[in-house]
Amino acid sequence: MSEKGSIDIDYVANLARIELSDKERELFSSQLGSILEYFEQLNQVDVSGVEPMAHAFQVENVLREDASVEGFDPETAVKHAAAKRNNMVQVPKVIEG
Amino acid sequence: MADELHYKTLSELQVLLTAGELSSVELTKSLIERKEEVDPRVQAFNSLDEEQVISQAEASDQRRGAGESMGSLDGIPIGLKDVISVKDSPLTCSSKMLENFVSPYDATVTTRLKEEGAILFGRLNMDEFAMGSSTENSAFNTTFNPWDLERVAGGSSGGSAAAVSAGSVPVSLGSDTGGSIRQPASFCGVVGLKPTYGRVSRFGLVAYASSLDQIGPFGRSVKDVASVLQSIAGHDPRDSTSIEQTVPDYLGSIESNKGPWKLGVPKEYFGEGLDPEVKACIEKAIDWYADQGCEIHEVNMRNMDLAIAVYYIIATAEASSNLARFDGVRYTHRSKDAENAIDLYFKSRAEGFGEEVKRRIILGTYVLSSGYYDAYYLKAQKVRTLIRQDFMKAYETVDALLTPTSPFVSFKAGEKSEDPLQMYLADIYTISANLAGIPGISLPCGPNSEGLPVGLQILGKPFGEADLLAIANSFEEAHDYSQQHPEI
Repeated sequence: MSEKGSIDIDYVANLARIELSDKERELFSSQLGSILEYFEQLNQVDVSGVEPMAHAFQVENVLREDASVEGFDPETAVKHAAAKRNNMVQVPKVIEG
Repeated sequence: MADELHYKTLSELQVLLTAGELSSVELTKSLIERKEEVDPRVQAFNSLDEEQVISQAEASDQRRGAGESMGSLDGIPIGLKDVISVKDSPLTCSSKMLENFVSPYDATVTTRLKEEGAILFGRLNMDEFAMGSSTENSAFNTTFNPWDLERVAGGSSGGSAAAVSAGSVPVSLGSDTGGSIRQPASFCGVVGLKPTYGRVSRFGLVAYASSLDQIGPFGRSVKDVASVLQSIAGHDPRDSTSIEQTVPDYLGSIESNKGPWKLGVPKEYFGEGLDPEVKACIEKAIDWYADQGCEIHEVNMRNMDLAIAVYYIIATAEASSNLARFDGVRYTHRSKDAENAIDLYFKSRAEGFGEEVKRRIILGTYVLSSGYYDAYYLKAQKVRTLIRQDFMKAYETVDALLTPTSPFVSFKAGEKSEDPLQMYLADIYTISANLAGIPGISLPCGPNSEGLPVGLQILGKPFGEADLLAIANSFEEAHDYSQQHPEI
């Protein structure tokens, strides 16, 4: 883990599942460092007793009637998959053996 | 005829269509010609299926001939930002990740426009996945400003603003997460409205930051923007954050609500960093409202300078989660070099996403990661509450706020693209509205000394679009800024 104000870029890129080139790694490390420095100004604010806000308006669970509705047929659902077989998305082997 | 048509407003075109003096096919063909003439330089469009729009126009003319027009937008071409789904149409988000994707369903706004009989006229360029303030982050093209082709159209809905400004289409839809409708409207000299969060369904809008995103219209007049909002606003069972609240008659409100209003001027929006010429234009607009009998109050937005930090924490956090779905497996670009399933994620995302998208996903992942969540994300959510409280307090005494839309006019392409933080600071006056969920409009309030458009931003109360449009319309009617068009 990194110190606050700098990013352990490899650790975070791994969490985000993005392969970065050496150039991107270097560029992002320095740019994100200054962006995090900029974020430090939030520490000047006293937020004790303030409720966090996830949405502009109170969001409550919205439930619809538990009735079946028509969805995509299988052909449409897999139409854009890069690889498919028998109306299923095909992926590289996940489990060895 | 084409020269006479391309700068007509939506309301003028509606009159001509209704009177039978113009057919939708004539209109659509003349806009295709206009697009072919100007778009090689402006680059507002990602795609336009000419055969399909002409056949939609033919169907509209047939309906009209039979006395069966569907709605007020029947026969009217409207451009859509390439982030809004149209069934069987490309949906690229200006990203290599979705370069070959064709949407299998309609967004709710698309369904509503189709129900009105509108002609869906092309897919408009944007910053990749709506991340940016200049449309320079498109994986395909930079959209240039019709007023000066060396300058940017703004962003992220740069294509939607530039197409309306260049006369390629009378109205369009964009999306606004931190100013992505209002800022390009300001740069391109057109009107752009970000509705209240929850006013317009987000179903079928590719998500960037779900608690901030909102779809809204562009037009060359306040009334045109009101007409389009009328068609797309309202509750949608498929978007659980869309609010069940009656949609008022916006054009009716423009006619009946003539003020005077109580208007707030937040002094924090007029400080360091504001271009003096932009400031002068906004002050002139404030003076005009005062001359009409409006009460002008100074109000405080004491947390405004924190809004950019709050926004770039919350928006990137939400984006890192939303964009996890683009994994190379189901419907996106898939790397051909992957050796196993995990490698497929890493390589497909590396190849499919552009630099700014990667930067924001990395930043968003970091602020949500173990050990930093409280310091960044939770803190930002609390400051977001304070920002909303500032607005609600101001609205106890005033009906709306008058501010600049952007601290400066359109900048030259390449001028800010090397420094992401400088680009982020371009959003300083617009992002608070997204954090607070309130509506905002940008309308032209004068060219600067170089002839470049300046935008006046008016921020309203939650669900106060009717007042907002009336306030904006009164200014527009008394000035000729909306009738000025670029020479292109």
